[in-house]
Amino acid sequence: MGKKIVDLLTFLLGWIDARFPLTKMWNEHLGQYYAPKNFNFWYFFGSLALVVLINQFVTGIWLTMSYKPDGELAFASVEYIMRDVPWGWLIRYMHAVGASAFFVVIYLHMFRGLMYGSYKHPRELLWITGMFIYLCLMAEAFLGYLLPWGQMSYWGAKVIISLFGAIPYIGETLVLWIAGDYVISDVTLNRFFSFHVIAVPIALLGLVCVHVLALHEVGSNNPDGVEIKKNKDKNGIPLDGIPFHPYYSVKDLVGVVVFLIFFASIIFFAPAMNGYFLEHNNFVPANPMVTPEHIAPVWYFTPFYAILRAVPDKLLGVVAMGAAVMVLFLLPWLDRNPVKSIRYRGTLYKWILGIFVVSFVALGWLGMQQPTEVLTLMARIFSILYFAFFLLMPFYSKWDKTKPVPDRVTYK
Amino acid sequence: MKKLISICLLLLPTMAFANTGGVHLDHADVDLADKPSLQRGAKIFVNYCLSCHSASFARFSGVAKDLDIPEDVMSKNMLFVSDKIGSNMDIAMKAEDAEKWLGKNPPDLSVIARSRGADWIYTFLNSYYLDPSRSTGVNNRVFDKTAMPHVLWELQGWQKLAYTEEHHGEENKKVITGLKLVSPGKMNEESYRQVTHDLTNFLTYLGEPALMVRKKVGFWVILFLLILLIPAYKLKKEYWKDVK
Repeated sequence: MGKKIVDLLTFLLGWIDARFPLTKMWNEHLGQYYAPKNFNFWYFFGSLALVVLINQFVTGIWLTMSYKPDGELAFASVEYIMRDVPWGWLIRYMHAVGASAFFVVIYLHMFRGLMYGSYKHPRELLWITGMFIYLCLMAEAFLGYLLPWGQMSYWGAKVIISLFGAIPYIGETLVLWIAGDYVISDVTLNRFFSFHVIAVPIALLGLVCVHVLALHEVGSNNPDGVEIKKNKDKNGIPLDGIPFHPYYSVKDLVGVVVFLIFFASIIFFAPAMNGYFLEHNNFVPANPMVTPEHIAPVWYFTPFYAILRAVPDKLLGVVAMGAAVMVLFLLPWLDRNPVKSIRYRGTLYKWILGIFVVSFVALGWLGMQQPTEVLTLMARIFSILYFAFFLLMPFYSKWDKTKPVPDRVTYK
Repeated sequence: MKKLISICLLLLPTMAFANTGGVHLDHADVDLADKPSLQRGAKIFVNYCLSCHSASFARFSGVAKDLDIPEDVMSKNMLFVSDKIGSNMDIAMKAEDAEKWLGKNPPDLSVIARSRGADWIYTFLNSYYLDPSRSTGVNNRVFDKTAMPHVLWELQGWQKLAYTEEHHGEENKKVITGLKLVSPGKMNEESYRQVTHDLTNFLTYLGEPALMVRKKVGFWVILFLLILLIPAYKLKKEYWKDVK
């Protein structure tokens, strides 16, 4: 009996393989994809990003079943999900907390790239596809935040859309074109919904595939920044490589479970994260006639919001905010140092990267506060430090005294 | 690093609820396990609040089920506008009428505890004081110039602002120290505090009925994940044994 089933499955696989490259794809991306054996903690966040992406897709599909993209009904439909839909509250919290989790995971994933020089040759395109994913993610989060149709949804969208008005000549027309109305209205809500559930997710999914394909073409970097493909055995297998499956599939499974423990802790015990993930004011229905005293975006946008406010001129502020994101695209060419990993770079880079992280976190905090004179001054200083990290990189990355890089990865 | 983390933690609570008028908020001490308190809160809510304020996202049947109130008791004592227990907690007053009669349409209270916070509601209900300059005759310490009259006056009675005099050189300055009861209502201060506590408790529940089960479910989910972590970790160890 058992043998018969195996025979049948083997036949079925052969039948499929003759028509579709199933085994080939499996081997290329999992079974015979050789990843460096020295991945550390920071290498969990790629697979975790995929887990969060799937979470957002699945919970999003179920939310769409009960959500009503209508200015009159949207707020109530979210509360309907929270109260009357069985387990609706869980699905909604998984989606809302998932959005924040996505950014936590992606920021750590990007920081990993900064530490180990994963954007450098030959992974420039990998970094760029990742940046496009990040842009999509920002768009997706911004569009999705309008949907609950609370005060913060409404006024946050209004502030961000009005930024386009700072562009000379076409600004005002552009604002009208984006919002589809003279104010943020039902029309805006409908198009944001459409983009949030169809257009951007499709782009996101496509880009994630491109990102993974690009990764598997060049191979993974590692905490030593050593190319494992330089040392292969007689079969052409990297000496320091191990097949992704089963080694990293079982390792990442541990990472996923640990992540889920943290994720569940927030979902079940602090889903609003005291106003950081779900803002208090967003439990007040959108009201175009009442401007909230304090409008702040959700935490993952606040570093860029702080840069926007730090610049006294509106147009220049918008330019600075845009540049703060876009400058990341140039990273592969700004870094003139051939050494990838922070392990073998000098103390200069370690200090500068440290200052950059502090600046980013500080800007994130400043973006949530009501601006005062002192805080604005702080935001300006940290904005300059933020940009200095990138713009001075061609110089300091050259000056930095590096250590010799080993031929093989270090393990245990 | 540890220092940095502790500084970050210190800065965290700054995102708290805004708009308290600079008044220190009393701690509401919400306890959703206290069903009798929630039931009393529900009773006060339908009797005193639900004529002007709606709670449109909630249903009578949901409240009855979550708070262990038998449906016939609920129907007999709490259904004034609708006769269907499955209906939403709406009110008969129309928004445009409310605006004409009261100056402002009283907000729906379904999620008020989520936007204002329990402590704010609790303090608000205890902070009415006589103010002849207001058309309602009262003002509120945490919500200055509120359009809402002191609906619970017959229970609490009336309060006045209490001052002390401070001398700044030549000038004498009046400093508000708090509130004092000038004409008692049906209840003593302690019983009235209990009423406002029950009402706050109920509104917190009303803001998020999932709170009744959320943490319980969370406990089991996390317990499951912790147990799952053991075989996952052992599996990893087993496979990685031969990686040298």
